[in-house]
Amino acid sequence: MNKYPLWKNLLILVLVLIGVIYTLPNFYGEYPAVQISPTRTTKVDQSLLAFVESELKQANVPYSDARLSDKTALIRFKDTDTQIRARDLVQKAIGENYTVALNLVPATPAWLSAIGAKPMYLGLDLRGGVYFLMQVDMSAVLKKAEESYTDDMRRVMREKKVQYHTVTRLERGGIEIRFPSAAERDKGREAIAKEMPDLDFTDVERGADYILNAAMKPSAIAEKSRFALEQNMNSLRNRVNELGVAEPIIQQQGQDRIVVQLPGVQDTAKAKEILGRTATLEIMMVDEEHDIAGALAGQVPAGDKIYKMRDGRPILLKNRVIYYGDNIINAAAGFDSQNSQPIVSITLDSRGAAINQRVTGENVGKRMAVVYIEIKSEPKLDANGKQVLDKDGRPVLVSKRTEEVITAPVIRSQLGARFQIEGLDSVQEANDLALLLRAGAFAAPVEIIEERTVGPSLGADNIAKGFHSTWVGFAAIAVFMSVYYMVFGVVSVLALAVNVLLLVALLSMLQATLTLPGMAGIALTVGMAIDANVLINERIREELRNGNTPQASIFAGYERAFGTILDSNVTTLIAGLALFMFGSGPVRGFAVVLCLGILTSMFSAVMVSRAMVNLLYGGRRKLERIPIGNTSWKEAGQSAR
Amino acid sequence: MEFFKIKKDIPFMRHALVFNVISIITFILAVVFLVTRGLNFGVDFTGGTVMEVNYAHAADIPKIRETLTGLGYRDVAVQNFGTSRDVLIRLPVRKDAGQAKISDVVMASLRQADPTVDLRRVEFVGPQVGRELVQNGALGLVFVSIGIVLYLWFRFEWKFGVATIIANFHDVVIILGFFALFQWEFSLTVLAAVLAIFGYSVNESVVVFDRVRENFRKLRKHTVPEIIDNAITRTLSRTIITHGSTQMAVLAMLFLGGETLHYFALALTIGIMFGIYSSALVASPIVMWLGVSREDLLPVKKETLDDGRP
Repeated sequence: MNKYPLWKNLLILVLVLIGVIYTLPNFYGEYPAVQISPTRTTKVDQSLLAFVESELKQANVPYSDARLSDKTALIRFKDTDTQIRARDLVQKAIGENYTVALNLVPATPAWLSAIGAKPMYLGLDLRGGVYFLMQVDMSAVLKKAEESYTDDMRRVMREKKVQYHTVTRLERGGIEIRFPSAAERDKGREAIAKEMPDLDFTDVERGADYILNAAMKPSAIAEKSRFALEQNMNSLRNRVNELGVAEPIIQQQGQDRIVVQLPGVQDTAKAKEILGRTATLEIMMVDEEHDIAGALAGQVPAGDKIYKMRDGRPILLKNRVIYYGDNIINAAAGFDSQNSQPIVSITLDSRGAAINQRVTGENVGKRMAVVYIEIKSEPKLDANGKQVLDKDGRPVLVSKRTEEVITAPVIRSQLGARFQIEGLDSVQEANDLALLLRAGAFAAPVEIIEERTVGPSLGADNIAKGFHSTWVGFAAIAVFMSVYYMVFGVVSVLALAVNVLLLVALLSMLQATLTLPGMAGIALTVGMAIDANVLINERIREELRNGNTPQASIFAGYERAFGTILDSNVTTLIAGLALFMFGSGPVRGFAVVLCLGILTSMFSAVMVSRAMVNLLYGGRRKLERIPIGNTSWKEAGQSAR
Repeated sequence: MEFFKIKKDIPFMRHALVFNVISIITFILAVVFLVTRGLNFGVDFTGGTVMEVNYAHAADIPKIRETLTGLGYRDVAVQNFGTSRDVLIRLPVRKDAGQAKISDVVMASLRQADPTVDLRRVEFVGPQVGRELVQNGALGLVFVSIGIVLYLWFRFEWKFGVATIIANFHDVVIILGFFALFQWEFSLTVLAAVLAIFGYSVNESVVVFDRVRENFRKLRKHTVPEIIDNAITRTLSRTIITHGSTQMAVLAMLFLGGETLHYFALALTIGIMFGIYSSALVASPIVMWLGVSREDLLPVKKETLDDGRP
């Protein structure tokens, strides 16, 4: 009866083996590398890699290997000093068009990578880095949208010759239009509703006034918010590229929040500055009369300026802003209804539309350029590269303006409030362009509402301490169990070791983020998982004391303890789930480990230890005693009852 | 080796009242401390900025404080953290905008005063996030309580569920009482430890109740107090040994896990200590007083376990 069927033993063996394999990558460590990733306009390919390699060779920087993987290039180095030297070198050579970042790459052997085995994913508190939680000010977005609606309403009613007194945006949200009569109000409502389908209307009579209240439809609000968030995430992504972070994470959280995680970033001041930048758009005319070559040679015509296109080509613009990105209400990628080519359709507010109509009417056949402008404020550096501080100790900031022409289409005909840009190469390009054009329209204020920064030295300390305390806790339990329960104690300790193994393997497989509280969770799991084995061993002892045979005692011990083990684990699992649902960041990491630890401990404490006991004693017909400690004394009464 | 050779059932239930009076007194004390002193909430809940910096030599705390007051920061707490070279700086929430930049400004001035300073950690929590974390923490506590009562109700009987929750609630309040008394910092990780203890010390009650149920089935002629006494005595050895083991792991964390895990481990330690006591000596008497009887448990057919016996 104390024998597992062969399949059960094999199953346990296979699971433990899988555990060993997937735990392995954690032991190989990491090596320093320089990672080159493409930006929007460039590609990382073999020729680039060859170029970088030749540069490194020329500068006598030794590297251990260079390879392409999934759109990026990785060059490995022996130590971090060489890595930093190489980064500076590569940055200088190609940094303009690529993101060059320091990275630590797991040294997992190829055969393990091939089966998807990876080391555990370490959280920022273990590897060092910055975590930001940013809130997008949606009320500002809606306010801006309503303001542009009020302009549009005035225009529409002027065009349709509707008489009205005032159009005002209400502080509490919504727009109020006052009409002299009910008939004018009906006319006005009809005209506005036709042009602005995203609004809901209600009539209000107040004294002698006929009032029409307009409010954005919930679906329109949701869409505006979504666009604003998307826009912000997109600009964050572009800016993070500039920071040179190897594995940035930019995620939406809830309706109006963005999480930014930058592993390995040290200079938080710079990170915050770059992330907090604002972008604007300016629309200008291309100077078609003069030659760009002449301008490049130094003959810039009066009132002109040389700009660069996104791909680096120079372009000559008439340096007068026709209208601004603020006048763009919306820009959406789509397809042309006639030829199904990708397009970007743009909607302007009434001011923009009026200007657009006039200027495009005068300039059919010419080109119009959209300039993307980002104003950065950078800390001023002195000759030694140290930050200059003012008398209050705050760093002195200087503004730096970067400008780039994102598109320069030819005007085909006179345009109004709505028009489209055609001739785009791909859907991707249309999407990118639409996002960039929305930069002006949806530049909602973003505020950092939570920051957690951990320096790399603290991260390394945390790993060492977490590991050390788990190990010491395990060793103490192992010694105690072996002395107290003898062979059964050793079996329990082995089962506990399997538990840790499976837990680490599971965490590696799922790539769940391991945080410092998560490591504490592993230590705690070690302490709690032993409970199951103590229950079983105590039960076996009790059965023996009650005069049962060793075989029967083992059987009863395992069978009867199981119900208790299940109950007690389920309650801990409930707590773990609650922590996972309501916790955030590091606490969630703890919850994941706790929940997974409970699952693995159920398996290892019951199945694995049972299999070992069965192998040791299950086959013996005449088993007189089992080494589980002294059970010769009798409890008063119970067995007699 | 065996620590517990208890030959007779210890009459716990006869002294139930005494144990409960002790519990009630500790509980009331904890509540008093919570009310009078309050919890020393960490930056996670109050909002504000915490910075940990490291110097190449022993840090000059008064000078750091001076630098910070020079920047116009009031209510700044500057203290050593672990070693004399590590310093923890706490800055309260400020009403003005650009709060996220505070740490950069502080760091720039500290660096100017002493270039050996190294930034180890920054935590900035905006007030709105703090409020949410408090809310989520409370929700988590409610969720765990309800979940556990329901589970125990389903597995045993409502009386066991209620008794367990009272016992656990008592543990949690006592942990919080300690944190209030000593003004230890109550952070998000400590809250995680409290919730983990909630789940963990239920184990204890479950093990005892499992035995009570089994005894109701086996020991037909015994009175309820006798049955409970027997259940507690029979599981005593296991209780102490498991808790001892868990405590060993937690102690390793307390002494070796560094400052970040210190209060986490401390909360677990108190929780484990009181968990042993409360499940045996608080939960069981409550079950008894709630009038648990054989009939409560017998309809639950759990005979399968016995059928499997040789």
